[in-house]
Amino acid sequence: MAQSSNAKLPDEFKTLVVLHPAAEFSVVKNLKFLAVGVFFGITFVKAEIISWFRIQEMFRFDAFHMYGVIGSAVWVGALSVFIIKRLGIKTITGDAIRIEPKTFHKGQIFGGLLFGFGWALTGACPGPLFAQIGSGCTVVVVTFASAVLGTWVYGYLKDKLPH
Amino acid sequence: MLDFIKQPWPWYIAGPIIGLTVPILLILGNKPFGISSSLRHICAACFPTNLSYFKYNWKKEIWNLFFVTGILLGAVLASSFLKDPDPITIADKTKTVLQENHITDFNHAAPADIFSWGSLLTLRGFMFMVLGGFLVGFGTRYAGGCTSGHSIMGLSNLQWPSLVATVCFMTGGILVTWFVLPFILKL
Repeated sequence: MAQSSNAKLPDEFKTLVVLHPAAEFSVVKNLKFLAVGVFFGITFVKAEIISWFRIQEMFRFDAFHMYGVIGSAVWVGALSVFIIKRLGIKTITGDAIRIEPKTFHKGQIFGGLLFGFGWALTGACPGPLFAQIGSGCTVVVVTFASAVLGTWVYGYLKDKLPH
Repeated sequence: MLDFIKQPWPWYIAGPIIGLTVPILLILGNKPFGISSSLRHICAACFPTNLSYFKYNWKKEIWNLFFVTGILLGAVLASSFLKDPDPITIADKTKTVLQENHITDFNHAAPADIFSWGSLLTLRGFMFMVLGGFLVGFGTRYAGGCTSGHSIMGLSNLQWPSLVATVCFMTGGILVTWFVLPFILKL
């Protein structure tokens, strides 16, 4: 991809563009994120996070499992972010780690509630949708396509919605 | 060892693994953990239709599409090679309520009574799969994140808007589970 868009450049520049870190379309560079995803997907399946029943148990307060998963994930995540900030840990390429702050808008309330409605119906947030398809529940392709449509409709209506 | 891995993983194994995704993605390239943004990138890549929300360089976010592809592949691997031979154990109370609402299949990730190609065109199946999926896509983008982006990444970084979002996710889910599902399960 990077090469085809560089076709018009003089030869001496081509290498520069390919080696430049902004060449984000590099497959090799992104394989590490694929690997993290694979590990993550295995965890989703093995801890039954993709199960519609586990989500039902959570919303009915009948089991601790999902609260334990999300709660311990937040603890480990928060401790890690604290350590990264405290020790000034850098990325593997030596860049400082920056995390964009979240700014509040009404969407977090309205959108949050709407997503909650959908979560209880589908039994899946976006991550488990991918994992359910991967685990052979083929009809979830429809749920996924509908989620993409919902995303597009949000983009279409964005300026008319309260934020 | 393999038998050990094949058992369902308890929360205290799975939760920390998911939590560690936060620093791993940051250290591998300053990437904020978040999954629902992949849906936006798919729209931006496939049908931006001249909407300002989809006009950005999605190729710079391609790592996110690699990540979600990985999730799909990981699920393929786990369900092909690490499959637990026993059916999932569901809390008795949840199981009883669902049985009273005509759910008979407890052997899959989602009950085949609702989630199957055959029931897609029934009103009930449409509500669960099509309407449910739509709300997941629309709601997460409106909220600016999902369980990963807000509840895990946002809370890990002590962002109060993410706490608001998380409380709303849970409130929405609890409301539908207790007050709406009893009606649509009977459709």
